[in-house]
This record gives sequence, C-alpha cells and structure tokens, in this order.
Amino acid sequence: MTDYTNSGSKDTRSGFGEAMQELGRTNPDVVVLCADLTPSMKLESFAREFPERFIQTGIAEANMICIAAGLTIGGKIPFTGTFANFSTGRVYDQIRQSVAYSGKNVKICASHAGITLGEDGATHQNMEDIGMMKMLPDMTVINPCDFNQTKAATLAVSHHNGPVYLRFGRPKVPNFTPAGQTFEIGKALLLSEGRDVSIFATGHLVWKALEACRLLEQEGISSEVINIHTIKPLDEEAVIASVRRTGCAVTAEEHERNGGLGDSIAQLLVRKYPVPIEMVAVDDSFGESGTPEELLKKFGLDTPDVVNAVKAVLARKRS
Amino acid sequence: MPATEELRRISSQVRRDIIRMVNGASSGHPGGSLGVADFLTVLYFEVMRPDPLKFDMNGKNEDIFFLSNGHVCPAWYSVMARYGFFPVKELGTFRKLGSRLQGHPATIERLPGVRIASGSLGQGLSVSIGAAIAKKMNGDSHLVYALCGDGELQEGSNWEALMFAPAKKIDNLIAVVDYNGKQIDGPVDKVMPLGNLRAKFEAFGWIVTDMDGNNIEDIITVLNKVKAGAGKGKPNMIIMHTHMGYGVDFMTDNHEWHGVPPNNDQAARALGQLQETLGDY
Repeated sequence: MTDYTNSGSKDTRSGFGEAMQELGRTNPDVVVLCADLTPSMKLESFAREFPERFIQTGIAEANMICIAAGLTIGGKIPFTGTFANFSTGRVYDQIRQSVAYSGKNVKICASHAGITLGEDGATHQNMEDIGMMKMLPDMTVINPCDFNQTKAATLAVSHHNGPVYLRFGRPKVPNFTPAGQTFEIGKALLLSEGRDVSIFATGHLVWKALEACRLLEQEGISSEVINIHTIKPLDEEAVIASVRRTGCAVTAEEHERNGGLGDSIAQLLVRKYPVPIEMVAVDDSFGESGTPEELLKKFGLDTPDVVNAVKAVLARKRS
Repeated sequence: MPATEELRRISSQVRRDIIRMVNGASSGHPGGSLGVADFLTVLYFEVMRPDPLKFDMNGKNEDIFFLSNGHVCPAWYSVMARYGFFPVKELGTFRKLGSRLQGHPATIERLPGVRIASGSLGQGLSVSIGAAIAKKMNGDSHLVYALCGDGELQEGSNWEALMFAPAKKIDNLIAVVDYNGKQIDGPVDKVMPLGNLRAKFEAFGWIVTDMDGNNIEDIITVLNKVKAGAGKGKPNMIIMHTHMGYGVDFMTDNHEWHGVPPNNDQAARALGQLQETLGDY
C-alpha cells in the first residue's frame, strides 16, 4: 500500500479559516457571513483583515442564508459560516428556495460536522447534513479529509459557480495530504491501490480507512482506499472502475447510514455494477457527549470497524 | 411620464389579466394580487422604470425589486409583461406545464425580471437586504424595493431581518408590507395579531411611512417621498394599506378569495367591473 504520514494533526476548520484569509486577499468579490461563531469557524483573521466584507448576522441563520442569496445578485461570492447543525436543518427551506432552486452562488460552509464535535452532545452533532444537502437538486456536497485538503477545497469552491455545501470538523486530526494540492471538485482520489476490496471513505474517516488498510495488509488483505471528498456529484467512473478491480466495497463516513456516502455508493452500484457492500456509518441513532475518539469507537466509526466491515464484505464476496 | 390616469388604465388592465390568469389556470391567488396591482403598476411604470430589454440578474446600476409573498405573482407577471419584460401573450401560460410563469416566481425558467424564487414565506426581506448590501459594496447608489405580506410577518425569520437592517444601516432598502389584514384562515387579527406594526418597526429602528396602496396619487406621492428620504442611515418601511380583492366588489375585503380562482361565471362578473384598456392577452 501507499504509505501516508501525518505531518502534524490539525483541525480541518483551520484549513477553512486559512483559505478564507487567502481568498480575502485574492478575490475582492468574496464576502463572509457568520452567525456568532467567528472564533469557532476560524474566521477571526478574515474578519480582522476585511471588516468591510465580513457580515456578522448574530444568531440568525435563516436571515444569514437569505442575505447570502441576495449578495449573489450583485456578483458577490458569499461564504456562510456556522456549525453543520445550523447550516442545514435549521435553514433547510431557506437553502432550498433562495439558494438551490434559485441557483445562487452561495458557499455554505459548515464546521463541527459529525460525531467528533464531541462533548457538546447530540443537539449539536449533525449526522444528517450530507443527506439533506445531497437531496437538493444541483447542490454540490464536499467533505474533505484533513487540514490541507479543506484549505484546497475552500479555495476551489470559490471558482465554482453554483451552490456548494462544504463540510468539515472540529477536532485535530492527522494532516496527511499534500500542502498546496490542487482540489478538483467531483474527482475521487485513489490513495492506495489494492486487489481485494475497495474502501470508499470521506472526511475524517479517510485516515481511519488508511489505518485499516495498513492493518489488513498485515493479514494479507489488499485493500484499495479511495477518498470521496465530493459526495455530490459522485465520481461514478472512479467508483465503478475500482469495484471492477476488487469486486466488493466498504464505505466509511461520519454520518448516518441513511442519506450518507454509503447510500450514494450503493445507489450507484445497485444500478450499474452490483457487488457486496458494507457500510461504516452511524446506525439510525443520535450522538451523545464524549471525546471524539470515544465517540468514534462507541458509534462504530473507528479503525477496527473498518477492518471488520472489510472482513464481512470479503466473506460475502467469497460465498 | 405617464399621467395618473394612464397608470389607472394600466392597473385596470393588470386586474383583468389577474382574473383571466387565475381563471385560466383554475388556480392561483386573486385576492392579494388585485390588492397590490396599483402599487406594482406605479412602482414599475412611474418610480423604478427599469430597462426591460436589458434585464440582468445582477441588476447593477438600476433599482431592483423583490417579491417576497410570491403568491401574488399574477399581479407582478402582468405588470412585467405590460411593461415589456416578456410577451403579454405569455400570461396565458400561467401555472401551465412548461411555462416560465410558475405558480410562484422562479428563476430556473429564466423569466426576465425575476431574480429569486419566492413562495415559501419569510425570505424576501433578507434576500433584499443581501442585494442592498451588494449594491453598497459595488458603489451602486440605486435602491432595492421589497414587497411582503402582512400575514407573512408571522414568519419569525422576518424579525431577524427587521433587526438586522437598522443595525447595519441598510438605508438603500425600501420595504413595503401589504397590510390588507387578511390571510388564508381569516383576518390577521384573529389568526395571529401583528399588534402595533408601526411601533414595532420603529422600535427596531426603521423609518415608517403609511401609504394608501389602492390610491394611485398617494402611492406616487409616498414612494417619491420615501425614495428621496433614503440613504440617511436607516432602512425605510412602508405600511401599505390595501384591500384584498380590490376592484372586484364581491372579492373586496374577503379573505376567502386569498387562494381561490373565480369560476367562469365569477370571472365574467369580475371582468364586467374592470375596464379593458390595453387589450386582453
């Protein structure tokens, strides 16, 4: 397998914050809106350097989303910033009508996604956001895996004309993809080639998939790891090409099984290339308080869970 | 500049269009549409006077308008068609399969004049604020107009917008509330009273002006006055007093005509009360 090294753990939201500062300097049309979470969203440097393009809306997310939609009328490129929970469910109708249906160039940037938000508990741990956003026609849904990739994705979406949901997280996680990488929306990344099974992972679970790949190799199982940073539009070609080689698939994500990445991969493969699939995802449950690592373990989203899913799918493949 | 009488002739035709559109579609919202026909006529033909042949989504260097209570779009579609944004005959496609004139306004069919979808209530005021901020950022001194319904103010997100605009000195925005006192389930005062709207808006920091929305002269006077008073650090709110169903006697002030189309007999009776001035589509 291809080996990856953690160059030093960082939070993905800081990659977003760094990219926003850079965008502030390079693109005068970029405007940031934030609903009273400037430090958590790592937007302090943008707010400090570009106060005339930083709009504090207060705790009023519905207003924030619609103001963002209005800003596009006039050619601005608005980035909204709040937690995943308040970026989606709380404002679903505003996003649906004023952003998605209206085809507006709004970038909905959501931190603290998934279970690894941790101690704040289930009220804030949104694990339905990918599902909600991907159901909206023409919405692009992106979930990068580490600091460097989140930074690259944030820069990339500024060049994409259309609504985007960009999802990232709170905890420090291994930073292993290259600094200064080019991010291509909708292009899956083959991280490690393998023969026996395809592991499609997104977000924080990409590193877990690589860890699982390493452990499986010690047992003589060759797994292919593919980073699906863009859940919609899904890189169908890459997914099908991989399962043609391996004959089975495991998906891994920090999200409910309903509506998540696994659901998208399964829909595709059922129609185009049916193979056994196992899914590492939350099983129809709300989260709870705890540390990110404790929660990943408890909710079945850790490295051993990926290993077990691979073994389960291989058993089905052989039978 | 069209004389007041000419504006009255246009709004009479707009009302005929509204009746014929909702009757032709066997669905739609005649009550509120009839109520705002005078306002939209004056806004387009007298106050904003945009160039219909140069419609641009970004609306830079021109006054722009947003309709938040999208269900009164028959009035808006008719005014835009009569003004020249798209062919008048297209009004006959309202709410029909393949039409650019969707049941509620939409951008996806690229109907000239429409810049955002509306229908699900409580969003247009915020959208207008965003467009107004973009104008300021672009150094564009033109104005943004927004129309919303009175019942619509029951949507809580409006009050987020009402709090925001004065706090951020959005003084290039002129918002208008269609205060007809009626909504689907009955009088607004019975369904969910709005209380003293003027006092509420003023407490939030808006400049508030009352206007008789079914009086062409008053609409011209008030709009010009408010327009002249814009740009002074505060957003403007017009409480526009209208009658639901205005112009058709059996529909006037009757909330039951909010979202019910007239049948053929009723449409004929209504049209009998509205002079055909510009030629039916």
